[in-house]
Amino acid sequence: MSREAAVDRDELLGLGDDALILSHRLAEWAGHAPVLEEEVALANIALDLLGQARVLLSMVGDEDALAYRREERAFRNVQLVERPNGDFAHTIVRQLYFSVWQELRYRQLAPLLPLAAKAVRETAYHRDHAEHWTLRLGDGTAESHERTQRAVDALWPYTGELTGPGGLPGEWLARVTATLRAAGLTVPAGPPPRTAWAAGGGRQGIHTEPFGRLLAEMQHLHRSHPGASW
Amino acid sequence: MSGQDADWPLWEVFVRGRRGLAHTHAGSLHAPDAELALRNARDLFTRRGEGVSVWVVPAAAITASSPDEKDPFFAPAADKTYRHPTFYTIPDGVRHL
Amino acid sequence: MTATDPDPDPDTFERTLAADERVEPRDWMPDAYRATLVRQIAQHAHSEIIGMQPEANWITRAPSLRRKAILIAKVQDEAGHGLYLYGAAETLGVAREELLDALHEGRQRYSSIFNYPTLTWADVGAIGWLVDGAAITNQVPLCRCSYGPYARAMVRICKEESFHQRQGYELLLALAKGTDAQRAMAQDAVDRWWWPSLMMFGPPDAESPHTRQSMAWKIKRHSNDELRQRFVDICVPQAETLGLTLPDPALRWNEERGHFDHGPIDWAEFKAVLRGAGPCNEQRIGQRRRAHAEGAWVREAAAAYARKQRDRRPADARREQGREVAA
Repeated sequence: MSREAAVDRDELLGLGDDALILSHRLAEWAGHAPVLEEEVALANIALDLLGQARVLLSMVGDEDALAYRREERAFRNVQLVERPNGDFAHTIVRQLYFSVWQELRYRQLAPLLPLAAKAVRETAYHRDHAEHWTLRLGDGTAESHERTQRAVDALWPYTGELTGPGGLPGEWLARVTATLRAAGLTVPAGPPPRTAWAAGGGRQGIHTEPFGRLLAEMQHLHRSHPGASW
Repeated sequence: MSGQDADWPLWEVFVRGRRGLAHTHAGSLHAPDAELALRNARDLFTRRGEGVSVWVVPAAAITASSPDEKDPFFAPAADKTYRHPTFYTIPDGVRHL
Repeated sequence: MTATDPDPDPDTFERTLAADERVEPRDWMPDAYRATLVRQIAQHAHSEIIGMQPEANWITRAPSLRRKAILIAKVQDEAGHGLYLYGAAETLGVAREELLDALHEGRQRYSSIFNYPTLTWADVGAIGWLVDGAAITNQVPLCRCSYGPYARAMVRICKEESFHQRQGYELLLALAKGTDAQRAMAQDAVDRWWWPSLMMFGPPDAESPHTRQSMAWKIKRHSNDELRQRFVDICVPQAETLGLTLPDPALRWNEERGHFDHGPIDWAEFKAVLRGAGPCNEQRIGQRRRAHAEGAWVREAAAAYARKQRDRRPADARREQGREVAA
């Protein structure tokens, strides 16, 4: 598969881990969503991402060995996707920041990566979902506006990793800024920071504290039965 | 508990199974507005590839006839058999008619 | 479309039932028929929604990515089935919000089976095989229920549920053929879920208060005991293939009846769980109430946004209502 080889292993692993970990976070909503229709919507997005993760990880090695038997420092996902769900506003803003980036990146990779063409369509839908909800939460009630602004600010430092070296600063910033402004939200001052400890470590295997607990939960059963088939 | 403010209206959903077919009623759902109603409908009624197109209509916007048998809506149509091709006798051997 | 108030017309109603045709929302129907349907459809919808919890409990710990995808899709289907059923109930003139309030305030029930905990991964398999198996046995005849919207919802649900039971059986089979620890896990789960599954068919016919009327109205097509027997007969050979034991020493083939006999069901336990004394009653309803209360600001925000949009751009909002989108 010479065309696949054109995308290097680190990139595949990074994209695969992004999809795997964000899918895990979204699936944590099952049974807790604010309205039943969103149970279905969030699960759809989680399933799309899990499907992408399985294809990408399988291009690197055994999907289950990679998901269940790597230590925290060996994961290459950006820190943004491992951030805890928080309230629905946090989850939506995380979706907005990430899906805008993911769609752009898959678009760039589409000529090299067979998965990317299908994934672009999936991710465009995720971005559309996030944009629609950002508008409704930002421009809904005083409470929803306040919660959403808090989420916009709290997650902003984690976007530096998306827009940093090799990232997509211009298009990403334009798209996200337009949505936040349309929703009546304040765009944090300056470009996303690239120097803070909190932003830029994920691709090198530096993660945030909640990530270790996520992995402990995800991996414990698999690791408790070495060699077992499921 | 939520108050009246949080209640979302009901929408009826119509799905086109594939090109060439009419939209048919699939069910109903709640959504605050038309845009989310479309997306909710897509997520709920086409999870297994059941559709290529979706309509959503506010349930309150539908005016329905009564299915009551005494209803004068449908009875008159039943006795106009001359509207159907089988009403007419055509000699054997006449083709393409 | 919801019910209106047509003139009383018991003759047409009885003729419709006698001809095995479907009653539709705007038809006249006896108040008791409507009340029975609201109670049954609501309980069914609530069961789907509460039933998400015991399985969602294992999504984040699913031991392979394949199993994880299957489990997310299954729990998602349950939310979808709840939505189809609330939609069917709403055609009878009750709002979903009223039904959810009744659930949250304990005025309406959900299936007692979901008040048992999922202690190990094998429980996900046992729920698929036994709990979904019992549910399907109950639900297939409901596809011919006399009330149109309920019957149509059930057709869709049964079509989608066929994967639920199979994935559970396949999951248990993998454990039964696996390591000693996995096999023990599978047997333990079957031991705990077998009897509660039999209770899902409801009390024995002699003590079932609603059965006779529901059968006359063609809402129900078979009695509790008939369906329970059908389920037992199906499960015994399936357990043999798994190499697992059903926890009933009295289980044996009765040549004369042409059915398997089973031991006595502990109806005292059934009633206790129904009363609220099950291991998870508080937890399940508590999580449901919390999700609903914590989601209120989201539902309010979207409703407020829709109002603002209508006020700002009435012409655009009207245009939007007829728009078509390719999905």
